[in-house]
Amino acid sequence: MAVEGIGARALRKEDKRFITGKGRYTDDMTMPGMGFAAFVRSPHAHAKVTGIDASAALAMPGVDAVLTGDQLIGDGIGNLICGWMIHSKDGSPMKMGGWRALEPEIVRHVGQAVAVVVADTQAQARDAADAVVVDYEELPAVIDPLAALEPGAPQLHPEAEGNLIYDWEIGDEAATNAAFEKAAHVTRMEIHNNRLVPNAMEPRAALAGYDAAEEHYTLYTTSQNPHVARLVLSAFYNVAPEHKLRVIAPDVGGGFGSKIYIYPEEMVCLWASKRVGRPVKWVSDRTEAFLTDAHGRDHRSEAELALDADNRILGFRVKTVANLGAYMSLFSSSVPTYLYATLLSGQYDIPAIHANVKTVYTNTTPVDAYRGAGRPEATYLLERVMETAAREVGLSPAEFRRKNFIRTFPHQTPVIMCYDAGNYDATLDAALKAADYDGFAARKAEAASRGKLRGIGLSCYIEACGIAPSAAVGSLGAGVGLWESAEVRVNPVGTIEVLTGSHSHGQGHETTFAQLISERFGLDTDAVSIVHGDTDKVQFGMGTYGSRSGAVGMSAIVKALDKVEAKAKKIAAHLMEAAEGDIQIEGGELKVAGTDKKLSFTEVALAAYTAHNLPEGMEPGLKEGAFYDPTNFTFPAGTYVCEVEVDPDTGKTEVVSFVAADDFGNIINPMIVEGQVHGGITQGIGQALLENASYDENGQLLTASYMDYCMPRADDVPSYQLSTHVTECPGNPLGMKGCGEAGAIGSPPAVINAITDAIGNNGLSMPASPEKVWALCQAGMRQAAE
Amino acid sequence: MYETNYHRAGSVAEAAEKMAGADDGKFLGGGQTLLPTMKQRLAAPSDLIDVTKIAEMKGICADGDGVSIGAATTHAEVAGSDLVKQTLPGLASLAGGIGDPAVRHMGTIGGSIANNDPAADYPAALVALGATVITSKRELAAEDFFTGMFETALEDDEVVVSVKFPGAAASAYAKYPNPASRYAMAGVFVAKGKDGGVKVAVTGAGQDGVFRMSAMETALAGNFSPDAVAGIAPNADDLLSDLHGSAAYRANLVTVMAKRAIAAAG
Ligand SMILES: Cc1cc2nc3c(=O)[nH]c(=O)nc-3n(C[C@H](O)[C@H](O)[C@H](O)COP(=O)(O)OP(=O)(O)OC[C@H]3O[C@@H](n4cnc5c(N)ncnc54)[C@H](O)[C@@H]3O)c2cc1C
Repeated sequence: MAVEGIGARALRKEDKRFITGKGRYTDDMTMPGMGFAAFVRSPHAHAKVTGIDASAALAMPGVDAVLTGDQLIGDGIGNLICGWMIHSKDGSPMKMGGWRALEPEIVRHVGQAVAVVVADTQAQARDAADAVVVDYEELPAVIDPLAALEPGAPQLHPEAEGNLIYDWEIGDEAATNAAFEKAAHVTRMEIHNNRLVPNAMEPRAALAGYDAAEEHYTLYTTSQNPHVARLVLSAFYNVAPEHKLRVIAPDVGGGFGSKIYIYPEEMVCLWASKRVGRPVKWVSDRTEAFLTDAHGRDHRSEAELALDADNRILGFRVKTVANLGAYMSLFSSSVPTYLYATLLSGQYDIPAIHANVKTVYTNTTPVDAYRGAGRPEATYLLERVMETAAREVGLSPAEFRRKNFIRTFPHQTPVIMCYDAGNYDATLDAALKAADYDGFAARKAEAASRGKLRGIGLSCYIEACGIAPSAAVGSLGAGVGLWESAEVRVNPVGTIEVLTGSHSHGQGHETTFAQLISERFGLDTDAVSIVHGDTDKVQFGMGTYGSRSGAVGMSAIVKALDKVEAKAKKIAAHLMEAAEGDIQIEGGELKVAGTDKKLSFTEVALAAYTAHNLPEGMEPGLKEGAFYDPTNFTFPAGTYVCEVEVDPDTGKTEVVSFVAADDFGNIINPMIVEGQVHGGITQGIGQALLENASYDENGQLLTASYMDYCMPRADDVPSYQLSTHVTECPGNPLGMKGCGEAGAIGSPPAVINAITDAIGNNGLSMPASPEKVWALCQAGMRQAAE
Repeated sequence: MYETNYHRAGSVAEAAEKMAGADDGKFLGGGQTLLPTMKQRLAAPSDLIDVTKIAEMKGICADGDGVSIGAATTHAEVAGSDLVKQTLPGLASLAGGIGDPAVRHMGTIGGSIANNDPAADYPAALVALGATVITSKRELAAEDFFTGMFETALEDDEVVVSVKFPGAAASAYAKYPNPASRYAMAGVFVAKGKDGGVKVAVTGAGQDGVFRMSAMETALAGNFSPDAVAGIAPNADDLLSDLHGSAAYRANLVTVMAKRAIAAAG
């Protein structure tokens, strides 16, 4: 390693352990005497539990206990919560049904846990779980969100009449309706955003232990936000007070949002560890992951765009039904509202927007934030409509977008967001150039000579990261503040530990965060370690999601570094008998400007700890903490151009080129950012072409394994052409916007716009499976023949 | 996985003997189908009798103008064999397109045909090439060996020992993979015998597993070209229909894959 500051393509420090198989994941952890949990799960989508007979299971070898919901309730363990209150347009609060970690009365989706077995080995626990006899009385189930809203539909929760959780709106309805009245052209579409399964490489896992002497619990778990997990487990589930509960999220193999939430299984392990009197480990298998990890997306929308005679947008009207599944997961209520409808203005100057969002219960796995969370749904909706409108009015999709771009900042949209900075022409220009947009016609002709249909599609996305100013989200219903904390501990020998409330589960914080320190003090990145993911080490933090670790987490580190630097300079000035203002930090040394006097960083650190000669009244030590509360969201934006070739004989789509021009503000490590974009685009292509959580009418998940749920593989995607354009974010000290989700947000509409361009038929939904595309090609050929 | 006893057989006779002594035994080939099924707790054999270390069941050798392949030979060995590539290029390319490298280095031809998954690739090659399956008890023509979806003529204690493929004047396989599993949604093997006779076998699409497309065979006998089969498709009523493709879509894929296989066979 070396001194590698901001902008360096530093290799990832964490990769040594990851690529040599030395990562430490929850399943690698052990506790003396630990047992294993296996859950008994509902095979039905909707049923009354009429009896649980554990006698056979209890008699099996190695079995300690079979625990059920009644015991959980008896021990005062609380229901699972949803942490964001949304009010319907009539002012009433959202209608939340009770969710118990083990359900004693009515199961509402396939895979819901009704009991847990704890045994000596995992195999024994599973064998015994198979032997627990649960009697069910099946109830009619409803899977489709629109059907769930129909009168007479099966009812999931007594609290939510007609399965409606809330009926929410944003924007000015009257102004929007007025815009449509004077429109010269209106584009109307029905758009479905398909349901996805997150599929982190590491499945969820928990290892919980209870120390009876200290009345203290330790929980290792796969969490993106261990402090929030502790807070919720303590304050709402009554497992233990916070100071008696240590939550550790060690190495975590991907989350994509699905490891933000506090799920039944982790909580049950914690509770069972005391009740059974031994540490309890649970590791989800892949089937359990498909059935119980919170799913993503699942919106049905109607969208209308009003244009004037000059093709400028007058108004945008959206109605969305979002399927939240059987229960309200931790942040589920915020996703189709404040993370979705607030982005409906896109990169465009739209005078009037109105969106109505209804969320519904269905007998399916709960749905919550998944990479992008609301913004992919907004972007897909808007960018499909933009491309379609351009085709309808006969403008080039690029020119139509350009005509409507926002060009002055700050820009207040009609849907809450105030965009602080951006240059949408710059990313559009860069993308069109890289994609050789003008040369497309020749490529299309060449493809036609090979019997292939070639198409090109655009997507100009905007998203909101750096979530978010605590007071603002509080006023919108969030149950927590969304600041971040950091502590910078300089050791007596000048090495540094940075404690952060952010959590790395693949993002590379150990490298990027160290680069900040390297930049500031001129120290080798190897002299810095990043500490995260342990509530006993880091005082508090909000974790990592919503691309917030850079814009929020690193901003907190910068604040702490400012304090460390100021103190170090004071000490140096004192020791070198110079004015504090003359001290400069360069190459790991504190120098007196204009002289050859200098002290190494190590000497200053040592002086702070020996405390033999500190300025009058100064406390010993060199350690500072800071909390950073963001001033605004940040607004990454960019243009993606996708080019596809469709084989009309089979309907197979090949993505032949994909160009991304992003504006993420300032970038710390371009290599890591490119990795994030690669992963994001691949997930977006996965959603557009391959992935779909498909249920049958009885609520059985048909795609509950990789035999049927199609994840994108390397040969499904091309080599991406990436570039970045920087407009600094004025809202945070580093000028960063965030890059973790952009790829997944911007790419699906580019892919679908390209396919619909190729086949000349706009009636395509995601995923664009070969059969669907083939059927549209056939219909086109029949039409042409007639 | 439930508890099970593992045995390694050293000869075909020993394998049969071990099987006779087992409560509810299963032969174990590469384990690429059987072990995942056991891990999902969908199968619980009392005993596994590993047949992959039996010398007489391994390897590829010339056999007349054709080749003989031991049942415990892996897909990777078949795909990489110069002899197979020269004699039956369609068979080599089929084996090279099964699953992924890990699967190809473990899975065996014997295991694949004994399992007779309706979406497996090998059955199409065996039927189109007119192969003979040699078991511990008898010799069976491929068309008599495959009896239906996941069903074969094998008895419980009968081991597949080898598969004998006659030579062919031309052979090729075209597969449209299921995007998720990459098994065949429609796989068509076209073989032109040394006597000039053409056989076309289809996997992945049929409700009863592999089947021959005699209408295509007749058309190709006079005119071995993709155009000859362009208008011929199987009856969709007999085809599989699932999440990934309706019967009508599969019927189309059979025609398209047949054309591509014929083009590749030249
Ligand atoms: C990820 C993945 C992808 C795959 N993709 C494809 C694909 O694209 N195309 C394809 O065709 N297949 C595919 N397969 C299946 C693969 O080809 C397997 O190798 C094959 O189905 C089984 O062969 P095996 O040697 O692993 O047999 P095993 O799994 O060991 O056994 C399968 C069955 O055959 C029996 N058996 C095994 N050997 C013998 C024998 N010599 N005599 C009698 N009975 C025997 C066993 O008792 C068992 O019932 C895939 C598998 C996986 C895991």
